[in-house]
Amino acid sequence: MAKIPKIALIGNPNAGKSSLFNTLTGLRQKTGNFPGVTMDKLTGIWQLGPKNEIEVLDLPGIYSIYPKSIDEELVINILGNPAHPDYPDMVIVVADASNLKRNLLLFSQVRDLGIPTVLALNMIDVAENEGYVINSIKLARELSVEVAEVNAKKGIGVNGLKLAVQKTLKNRFASNDGLPLPVSDELIDEIQAAFGEVDPYRSLLWLMEHDRMKMFTKDQCADLDRIMVKHDFEPKKYKSAETVKRYEFLTEVVDRCVINLNRQWDAVPVKTWTDRLDKLFLHPVGGYLFFLAILFVMFQAVFTWATYPMDAIDAGVAFLNDWLKGILPESTFRGLLTDGLIAGIGGVLIFIPQIAFLFFFISMLEETGYMSRVMFIMDKLMRRFGLNGKSVVPLLSSVACAVPAIMSTRSIGSRKDRLITILVTPLMSCSARLPIYTVLIALVVPEKNTLFGLFNLQGFVLFILYMLGFFMALFSAYIMKLILKAKEKSYFIMELPTYKAPRFKHVSYTILNNVKVFVFEAGKVIVAISIILWVLASYGPGNSMKDASDRIKIQNPNLSGVELSNKIAGEKLENSYAGHFGKFIEPAIRPLGYDWKIGIALITSFAAREVFVGTMSTIYSLGGEIDNENATIKNRMRAEINPQTGKPMYDLALGFSLLIFYAFAMQCMSTLATTYRETKSWKYPLIQFGYMTALAYISAFLVYQALS
Amino acid sequence: MRTVADLGIGEHGFISGFTDEKLSLKLLEMGCLPGTEVILTHHAPFGDPIAIKVSGYTLSMRREEAATILINNI
Repeated sequence: MAKIPKIALIGNPNAGKSSLFNTLTGLRQKTGNFPGVTMDKLTGIWQLGPKNEIEVLDLPGIYSIYPKSIDEELVINILGNPAHPDYPDMVIVVADASNLKRNLLLFSQVRDLGIPTVLALNMIDVAENEGYVINSIKLARELSVEVAEVNAKKGIGVNGLKLAVQKTLKNRFASNDGLPLPVSDELIDEIQAAFGEVDPYRSLLWLMEHDRMKMFTKDQCADLDRIMVKHDFEPKKYKSAETVKRYEFLTEVVDRCVINLNRQWDAVPVKTWTDRLDKLFLHPVGGYLFFLAILFVMFQAVFTWATYPMDAIDAGVAFLNDWLKGILPESTFRGLLTDGLIAGIGGVLIFIPQIAFLFFFISMLEETGYMSRVMFIMDKLMRRFGLNGKSVVPLLSSVACAVPAIMSTRSIGSRKDRLITILVTPLMSCSARLPIYTVLIALVVPEKNTLFGLFNLQGFVLFILYMLGFFMALFSAYIMKLILKAKEKSYFIMELPTYKAPRFKHVSYTILNNVKVFVFEAGKVIVAISIILWVLASYGPGNSMKDASDRIKIQNPNLSGVELSNKIAGEKLENSYAGHFGKFIEPAIRPLGYDWKIGIALITSFAAREVFVGTMSTIYSLGGEIDNENATIKNRMRAEINPQTGKPMYDLALGFSLLIFYAFAMQCMSTLATTYRETKSWKYPLIQFGYMTALAYISAFLVYQALS
Repeated sequence: MRTVADLGIGEHGFISGFTDEKLSLKLLEMGCLPGTEVILTHHAPFGDPIAIKVSGYTLSMRREEAATILINNI
């Protein structure tokens, strides 16, 4: 198969890059990873003609090729390095026509790198509504590139873009003005002599940004540093002067190509919808109230509406398991397949509804432009705790799952703010904690209405647990702010985009892609852990497990049927490797009120806390004969007697001790793995694990001692 | 020297320079060029961050960042 051409899509945030990507590629998208970095790579196939396909790569939205945050570094690593596997044959720069000058800055930089470029002018309708008429033919001549007018949202103008792309791919014409600001010839010659003959602007990019580019070895970086010193070259000064110079040129171009009707009429500027909405959303009181209302609806969706599909998935997996157990002969393979593998996959699938709902809301908020307002009104508050207005998105997302939440911290420019956000994000109660909360609350909190009859007491405790996670995250962030040293100052220079109607197609793609990432990234770990757990719980040292059933039969000669097999399962678990581990850690967890059975649950849920309920049902030896599984776990646990006191094991003290422990403990391998990938160091996942476990242990200890 | 941080809501000024070299590149790239008009449009609750209209769009920044943008009224 011939290699199909590659195009990279690039543009300012909010310029409509993603909707153009969706329009061009439709459902033929795939997510992957860029080599060496963990950033999600979104590519798609654009069908130009019957036998003419192009691979389109969606790059992160940026304002300039000079990176300010980690997600922005990716762009120069790809566009700056012709040897990069994702290096495109050409680039489409998507520009917001209603803010042309600023959008053209990036365009002019990309073009000067010497990559064939097409300019896609988006949102011309918006520009015209604001009174700007753009002569795109003249613009094409001035910039000497192909210009295509598109309406990415409605999918208009794709044919024109197709022609422009085909023409550019055929000519491979890279218009290049040379350097925006002259430097000495010797400087360029020296870089090119050492690193190869490329466009002068590209050589300067290498010189200025080599620290952020992975293509250079340490020695090469030292060489470039040496060249910089020798020629007394100051990157910061050059970049600033270059930007001013480019804007000067672009102002002239825009003046010649855009007619401003407002100026001719000298009319009073009209109040736009954005101005009116901002009056409400940025209001000192109203703004917060509105945000709270949105949060309320979001939680309602994630915790109420999502339960229906979740129950369906649960039932479906259980049905499949029972069916397989029915048709397959009893064997180790059957156990591994049903209780290990399928149970593990089910544990991943069950979270899809909540994640989908959550990303529906988050992408709706981002699509409409409201999310930047949330960051705006929250920044001051978050900053006190060492966070950033932009930390709101990860903290919100982690109510579903900390994995995508940690990945979404990449847009936070300051390293310190980003690190703190990553470290505290898992304290927010994720959806995996919900089943544990549900079981334990039902066990120890009476079901009655309270507080003026408004709240259900159980619901109220649940709410408190979520709040506790949030406030503990803020508190921990505050402590870390005092400890961690900042190398750079954090900043909050951010565009407040105009409000737009959400594109549901785009929202659904976002949901789809995020669910995919969760299923394949977190899913891999959860499934692997489930299998390991199954092995640990199914095998034990020596013959003690094998003999378990005989022992039970001798001890309980009167038992039969389900009750007998339950007893045997319990005995087996006690003698398995997992059981031995549980006994081993019992002394350490006794001060929290836990016994070895809970110890097993703690160990198994270290890898992924969602296995708690499953482990509990195994420990309290449940058969598959009972209809309402959850109610039965509760009943079994309720019936459990504390051998020392003779009273019910699961009293208020133990219940709350466990609730607090699960609220704070770091029990998720996927999150630790994500933290490792995002910080590129084992130090931070270790810190995260250490402080959260300590926090959980101490809090649970205090709660147990206070209540018992 | 007056800076953007000194503006009240609805007031405007023209950018004359920057006091922080590192921030200035980001600000320049975002269209805060010398000679450009800025209008302060919003304060977040508690007066920080602020939002300004510049080069035809709305840009938000913290008060301390706004204090690095020098302005005059001509």
